Amino acid sequence: MAPRFQGVDFYALDALLSDEERMIRETVREWVDDRVLPVIEEAYIGRHFPEELIPEMGELGMLGANLPEEYGCAELNNVAYGLIMQELERGDSGVRSFASVQGALVMYPIHAFGSEEHRREWLPQLASGAKIGCFGLTEPDYGSNPGGMITTARRSGDGWVLNGTKMWITNGSMADVAIIWAQTGEIGDASSIRGFVVPTDTPGFTARDQKGKLSLLASDTSELHLEDVEVPESALLPGSGGLKSPLMCLTQARYGIAWGAIGAAMACYAEALSYAGARVMFDGPIGGKQIQQVRLADMLTGITQAQLVAWRLGRLKDEGAMTPQQVSLAKRANVNMACEVAREARRLLGGNGILVEYSAMRHMANLESVYTYEGTDDIHALILGQAVTGIAAY
Amino acid sequence: MNIIVCVKRVPDTETRVRVGDDGVSIDPSGVKHVLSPYDEFAVEAALRLREGAGSGEVAVVTLGDDSSQETLRSALAMGADRAVLLKGEVSHDGLATAKALAAEIGEADAPLVLCGVKAADDDQQQVGPMLATLLGRPCATAVSSFELADGTVRCRSEVEGGTALFELPLPAVLTITKGEYEPRYASLKGIMAAKRKPLEVKDAAASPSRLKVETMELPPERAAGRIVGEGADAVPELVRLLREEANVL
Ligand SMILES: Cc1cc2nc3c(=O)[nH]c(=O)nc-3n(C[C@H](O)[C@H](O)[C@H](O)COP(=O)(O)OP(=O)(O)OC[C@H]3O[C@@H](n4cnc5c(N)ncnc54)[C@H](O)[C@@H]3O)c2cc1C
Repeated sequence: MAPRFQGVDFYALDALLSDEERMIRETVREWVDDRVLPVIEEAYIGRHFPEELIPEMGELGMLGANLPEEYGCAELNNVAYGLIMQELERGDSGVRSFASVQGALVMYPIHAFGSEEHRREWLPQLASGAKIGCFGLTEPDYGSNPGGMITTARRSGDGWVLNGTKMWITNGSMADVAIIWAQTGEIGDASSIRGFVVPTDTPGFTARDQKGKLSLLASDTSELHLEDVEVPESALLPGSGGLKSPLMCLTQARYGIAWGAIGAAMACYAEALSYAGARVMFDGPIGGKQIQQVRLADMLTGITQAQLVAWRLGRLKDEGAMTPQQVSLAKRANVNMACEVAREARRLLGGNGILVEYSAMRHMANLESVYTYEGTDDIHALILGQAVTGIAAY
Repeated sequence: MNIIVCVKRVPDTETRVRVGDDGVSIDPSGVKHVLSPYDEFAVEAALRLREGAGSGEVAVVTLGDDSSQETLRSALAMGADRAVLLKGEVSHDGLATAKALAAEIGEADAPLVLCGVKAADDDQQQVGPMLATLLGRPCATAVSSFELADGTVRCRSEVEGGTALFELPLPAVLTITKGEYEPRYASLKGIMAAKRKPLEVKDAAASPSRLKVETMELPPERAAGRIVGEGADAVPELVRLLREEANVL
């Protein structure tokens, strides 16, 4: 059996966590060692999400873990939630993406914008993993600028008719239910954007696997087509209103990504460190060469900084004091850090670094998606630029 | 039926231990501690019994210092109902531990007491049978599965080269080995619930250790491997070494 992952804690940050937060992290860490790592290589090469993991993720309470117990969720604080994301992404970004979408992009809007019937109907089933959800915001021509979307919802009798195409939708083909964002008013009027809970077996709804990916291979990424999809009035998320509703969901998901990226980086660093100690070249371990030591020192520094950012962000979120701009900083900084760590780890591993038996290149490729989705690195820079200058530069 | 499970806090089997400066104990710095894996099997067995019966209580008891509260919490997180910490010194004297546990368990209404077959740290396999003797109960050791039937417990135990079946009248003490009892993960909800479950702390009945550790040493580093030659020519030498040096043939 491979040795258990020991984590990276150069700054004794464990002391900043409660006993419960540590126990939750250890439990998910162990679960990832036991369940994710043995299957992830095969899933990645085979280009499919390891669906067999879903029931246990639900049973253990990893889905929508920061939502209330009365709807079947674990009602953890946000630091514990973040630690779950970190550990899942230590396994694979695809597994964390699944949990992020299910929790932050499907369960969160149902909880925040849904009716009580929506919550009772969907949250327990989504928490247990009995049902899978996806989040349809991005369109082929509206990525960084979702406010321009052209998917429409038009009133018809007692309900609505949806038309449009959504692209890059995580969990899209596996999903039982989709949260679809659509314009209910004139195209270009972002204030008319509303969310709809659409069962994926509704006539006119089709999902197609996105072919040709070179990143996030152990994840379902799909295109959704909605052609005259008729839904009742009750499909509307009554509390949703305007672009800010989906953006609030993204803030939740980005928060989790800021933690998740640390997990991917820790996996790469730990792998690089162990390889550096074992690989002998020019009569000594490569870990004894100055260049590799700089690599490792940079990785450790980046991870430690990211841990502090995520921890503080989590405490702010629990106090209700976190701002979306702070989330932008954390998502951008931590994902960037993870991309660098993964790339340097891959390089340190030499030829072996390109093999799927090692995790560095898998993480490196995955993180390119993470860099792009949920607001690209550029977009988060522009959000921060606007925050400090007061001038929007999108 | 109420079940008591005796558990112990031990260094994580994954941790690399170092001998402390005193030369007679493990240096605690940087060592992660866990619920002894064999005790996890026992907790799992108890939880399954309770779940199967739909009633009863699972209590976990340990002898240790305050840090053992964390160990008890992990058993509570798995699903145990309540916990007792007997505060006292943990020694290498199994009888001292067994006496402290027996004083607590005494006449408790718990027909079944489960222990791990051994503690993952000192491996002595003493506490369970000694506890049974002190309680005047029968004991089966290294039980890989068991079931209850009319006031008795039927156990399968792993013995050299096979399985032994025992039937014991209740109340009884069993020491549990892995067998069927792959422990569950504590659910995240369970971890939060554990915080709210009763954990009683009291002083252990004093029972001084009669064993003294003289020295503690790590096993010697394993010598590097040796290549005796290449191809078929090397086979006779390899066979000779395996027979004469390694004593494995
Ligand atoms: C694997 C994967 C999974 C995804 N899952 C989902 C999902 O579940 N649901 C969902 O709705 N979406 C999802 N997305 C979509 C994702 O959010 C978008 O890809 C992202 O928002 C970027 O949009 P785009 O791809 O259209 O790029 P574009 O917006 O076309 O950007 C192209 C480039 O231009 C830059 N750029 C854009 N605008 C500006 C500007 N104003 N100034 C300077 N530079 C700019 C970008 O930073 C980028 O470098 C996913 C994407 C991927 C890759």
